[in-house]
Amino acid sequence: MYQIKDLLIRGQKDTRSGFGDAMAEMVDNEKIVALCADLTGSLKLDAFKEKAPNRFFQAGIAEQNMIGVAAGLSLSGLIPFATTFANFATARVYDQIRQSIAYSKTNVKICASHAGITLGEDGATHQIMEDIGLMQMLPHFIVINPCDYYQTYQATKAIALTQDPTYLRFGRPVLPVFIPENAPFEIGKALKLNDGKDITIVATGHLVWEAVQAIEILEKEGISCDLLNIHTIKPLDLDAILASVKKTGKILVCEEHQRLGGLTSTIALNLSEIHPTPLKSISMMDTFGESGTPNDLMKKYGLSSENIVKTIQSWLAL
Amino acid sequence: MTKNIEISPKTLAQQVRRDIVRMVYEAKSGHPGGSLGCVETLVSLYLDVMDLHSEFRMNGQNEDMFFLSNGHISPVWYSVLARIGYFEVRELATFRQINSRLQGHPTPYEHLPGVRVASGSLGQGLSVAAGAALAKRLAHEKNKVFVLMGDGEQQEGQIWEAASFAAHHKLDNLIAMIDVNGIQIDGRTQDVMNNRDLAEKWKSFGWEVEIITDANDYDLVTARLKSIKAKQNQPVCVLLHTVMGKGVDYMENSHKWHGNAPNQAQFESAMNQLPSDLLDY
Repeated sequence: MYQIKDLLIRGQKDTRSGFGDAMAEMVDNEKIVALCADLTGSLKLDAFKEKAPNRFFQAGIAEQNMIGVAAGLSLSGLIPFATTFANFATARVYDQIRQSIAYSKTNVKICASHAGITLGEDGATHQIMEDIGLMQMLPHFIVINPCDYYQTYQATKAIALTQDPTYLRFGRPVLPVFIPENAPFEIGKALKLNDGKDITIVATGHLVWEAVQAIEILEKEGISCDLLNIHTIKPLDLDAILASVKKTGKILVCEEHQRLGGLTSTIALNLSEIHPTPLKSISMMDTFGESGTPNDLMKKYGLSSENIVKTIQSWLAL
Repeated sequence: MTKNIEISPKTLAQQVRRDIVRMVYEAKSGHPGGSLGCVETLVSLYLDVMDLHSEFRMNGQNEDMFFLSNGHISPVWYSVLARIGYFEVRELATFRQINSRLQGHPTPYEHLPGVRVASGSLGQGLSVAAGAALAKRLAHEKNKVFVLMGDGEQQEGQIWEAASFAAHHKLDNLIAMIDVNGIQIDGRTQDVMNNRDLAEKWKSFGWEVEIITDANDYDLVTARLKSIKAKQNQPVCVLLHTVMGKGVDYMENSHKWHGNAPNQAQFESAMNQLPSDLLDY
């Protein structure tokens, strides 16, 4: 159990570097192979490539083939990490993933950077916010969306130890590293970052930091928030969510993703079945993004600590 | 070879044809045309060309591996896998029925021996085979990876991504075979979407190209595949010229039989055309 006031900021880093650093550290595991579709630097795979050139495969700008090659590599017992930007790692290759990985249950780790609106200036073509929905719909798939550099590092190491097809989603912006070094990372288990009684905040990915900032403001106003960091979208830690909403009676879901198909939809569906709970969502409201700085975009589309504060203030004032 | 089958390949091929027609007839659906055209190729691979362990191993280590990319010709594959002993021949009767391992299109989902990755959605098998070939090279294995595709399937873009990949990474243990029967669902391949000169295309992508002019001639296809396997030093594409529906007169060279099941009279006619000394399933 943590409390936000105890969280220490240990520098500023991007989540993708957590992936790259973990890959470089795992290089001695000869089962691990990496593939990339012409974005090696962006995926922070240069160190892995340098240390294990025979286990790094350049796929070129040909993602459909990369997915199939990864599936074929896995059959021998190798653990392929197939990497590119999130848009090209999911939407562009969905049928390839569905048939050659999900249905075939091949042990492929699809690791995707530049997910969400925080990709920024490249604009909506690259800012996928439908990927969590796409990937969690696939039977057999594990879907993980870590929140900071360190949690991405932990997640990367954790998925190498499983036999499941897995989607690991991370991004580009540089954010505080705030997940404690002694925090456990268990696939499918929520990480509780604050204990409160007035409302449950469930956050995933980059919005966990926004939620942390929001709670600091809300606590000064006497509003106490439970904060659950859901890093594993699937399988969802419903027990943790249920325990929290039974206490608070309200839930706010925060995600850098479309509300349709994302964590919001999944939690709403599950709670409706077992413990109907008033729910609000900080997420993309059925719209595409645009070019801009990550900060400006998060503010404009309401994926911000300010909007979390405002939403909770007005909700609790009713 | 580690597969000890006492039946002659040609006798087996004839029985495989009977199995194909019976499976599609009883399921009232399936793809007999391409299946019949590829009988000699698959029998040859499993009986005479590939080095295989006596039991199926998912990881394919230290044996040749086969992937079927054009998964709709599952009847021929299932029959061959059963007839060489990967599973009981009587299981062929479950083809396309509920609770069967013999799905309409092949899948490892139900743990059918012989199948390593699902296929059906076209264009994906060559990529998977390239991955398996890469893995063999990493493991310093000498065995080969075979994949069979359709000629209509050559219209899928992913195949050309995979073609570039295999040549770029110099996969000299990968043998891609194309069933060139010139026919797809909507008609002649050249009319539906002209593939133009497949041999030149594959050559321009950096592959060696071999052409087997009559891949329904068992001795010819066997001799050629053995020789290709033995002397390979780059990725090889083998154009197998076959006759869709081979062995059943009313099915031969007709796109109508790409994915249609025979009625009772047609079934009986086919059985009469395919006498066999072996027992039906």
